[in-house]
Amino acid sequence: MRPTLLAAEDLGEPAVNILIFAGFVVVTLVIVLRVSRRRAGASEFYAGGRNFTGPQNGVALAGDYLSAASFLGIAGAVALYGYDGFLYSIGFLVAWLVALLLVAELLRNTGRFTMADVLSFRLAQRPVRAAAGLSTLIVTLFYLLAQMAGAGGLVALLLGVDTKAGQGLVIAIVGVLMLAYVLVGGMRGTTWVQIIKAGLLIVGAAVMVVWVLSKYSFNISDLLGASVDKAGAKGSKLLDPGAQYGKSSLTKLDFLSLGLALVLGTAGLPHVLMRFYTVPSAKEARRSVVWAIWLIGIFYLFTLVLGFGAGALVGPKAIASAPGKANSAAPLLAYELGGTVLLGVIAAVAFATILAVVAGLTITASASFAHDVYNNVIKHGQVTGEGEVRVARVTAVVIGVIAIFGGILANGQNVAFLVALAFAIAASANLPTILFSLFWRRFNTRGALWSIYGGLTSCLVLIIFSPVVSGKPADPVTGKSASMITDPSVDFHWFGLDNPGIVTIPLSFLLAIVGTLSSRGSSTPEKAAEMEVRSLTGAGAEQASAAH
Amino acid sequence: MTTSRRGPDPLPATSEAGHPPGSYLEVADSPEFEALRRTFRRFVFPMSALFLAWYLLYVLLSNYAKDFMSTEVFGNVHLGLIIGLLQFVSTFAITTVYARWADRRFDPAAAELARRVHLEAIHPADGPLGGGLR
Repeated sequence: MRPTLLAAEDLGEPAVNILIFAGFVVVTLVIVLRVSRRRAGASEFYAGGRNFTGPQNGVALAGDYLSAASFLGIAGAVALYGYDGFLYSIGFLVAWLVALLLVAELLRNTGRFTMADVLSFRLAQRPVRAAAGLSTLIVTLFYLLAQMAGAGGLVALLLGVDTKAGQGLVIAIVGVLMLAYVLVGGMRGTTWVQIIKAGLLIVGAAVMVVWVLSKYSFNISDLLGASVDKAGAKGSKLLDPGAQYGKSSLTKLDFLSLGLALVLGTAGLPHVLMRFYTVPSAKEARRSVVWAIWLIGIFYLFTLVLGFGAGALVGPKAIASAPGKANSAAPLLAYELGGTVLLGVIAAVAFATILAVVAGLTITASASFAHDVYNNVIKHGQVTGEGEVRVARVTAVVIGVIAIFGGILANGQNVAFLVALAFAIAASANLPTILFSLFWRRFNTRGALWSIYGGLTSCLVLIIFSPVVSGKPADPVTGKSASMITDPSVDFHWFGLDNPGIVTIPLSFLLAIVGTLSSRGSSTPEKAAEMEVRSLTGAGAEQASAAH
Repeated sequence: MTTSRRGPDPLPATSEAGHPPGSYLEVADSPEFEALRRTFRRFVFPMSALFLAWYLLYVLLSNYAKDFMSTEVFGNVHLGLIIGLLQFVSTFAITTVYARWADRRFDPAAAELARRVHLEAIHPADGPLGGGLR
């Protein structure tokens, strides 16, 4: 371990990091300007004209999904907790099978722009859209906050900016850049940014993986052994489950809860679902998921090596005491391997990741507000496509501002963990209604509303009164609690688990069933037949706009 | 599609249930669609149950069978890591199997039924529901 690693200002050369990142921004902005269309209609702004190919959209999906949480968070969790960090990536990956088998193609066949299109297809339009729009906004904002929190830690580590004001300024710059992509490029521009970013991220990670493995003559067992030795007394725990979650039966239950939220959350994430509208057909939607699964799976195998590599070469102590804590494992490893230049490249890729994912989230949230809430709920669907896009652009600016301030406030939280909460909300509020409206003919409006609002409310309440927000024991060194409220004297938690999924997901499915059975209401046979035939056969599905 | 006339097999004026031909209701009630839906569900439901059960087993083993997961297989590679990597293998395998199945077995049948709805959409005067295409 180099002793200098502990001081943020000594790590790498901020000028190099900024220069490489600026290069990425310039290249992507030029591309966004070149691909973007003037006077974009709704289908252009929200769905990029629906003429991306399956493989293109698959890479973009991987770009959306391999957020700062995957890259920085999981690598960091593996470095600090070993096996338990690996568990995250397995849940994140297996979750894609739900999207592949049960959701992606049927959604592409029935909807137009947003998740709510499908949920409200055969149910009462306005109430269901309002509910689905609200849950889209909440899930997206949670996810957004996680990304921006990662940005804060990175800034501290990579640019040597120690003051809160300075970090805030950099977060603001990231937010403004992101808005430029969204406003200029719409979904088409954002998709290209995702594709470029995913390419850089996967190649960058692959280079580091080969580099790490070459130090251990490509022997995984040696790498694992080295990380155990480096960790000292607690090292032997790294190879087995339990280092993070095995402490008590409560933490074990928490892990079960997390596992459930991860595997059921992906297919309810609005920004993932919206990507399926950017391809011309269900077959292309399927191809895009297949591509995404391969890319994401391979990338998670990389993070396993990177995490143990960071543990072996940098050491858990240095990581935990660096600014940004677990999130800084991958950048620290890059510095250890390739010095200033590799650190600069990896830092730029990490920034690009945050930028691109935030742009995708912003488009999703603004589309949902403009299309679902503004047009269909408030204006009864009377607004033209252009009018809707104008509202979406204004919404994007508002969301950008929220993201900037949220990012400044959420500075320092472990991002993988914040994302896990977004997954829990998505799995509880969205997934039951998506599945039932696609597969259960009897499912009705009351079932949807109970499930969405019930899932949403129970999740938020349980999170607020969980140890995440208040009441984790104080750290003996700093005297601060690990909760969001760091003052250990403030403690209003009564729910024991960090992740609410194990309660809220079954509850929300149950509410959907009870709500449906307790109400006589059901969709008209015409609407039900239309949805069923369209979802399976693709008849009447939205077509791609004319190819360029 | 710019077909100016019906396909080779003209459909009856109304189906058994009395729905206009090519309407979503008529297609939904047709034996062909029933068969398609059954084929689809018979594939995706058991497959989903399978991978969810396998994933859940893995999570439960990690949680409550630590000694088993800590069995050394070779060097520092323990059984938990192997089973975790098998989750990757099974995910890739299910993805490949499903994509092949859908391309070969599902798509042709679905396209045929979609064609039936589209044909009606070109002749909206044939039925009061106009094929249901908006």
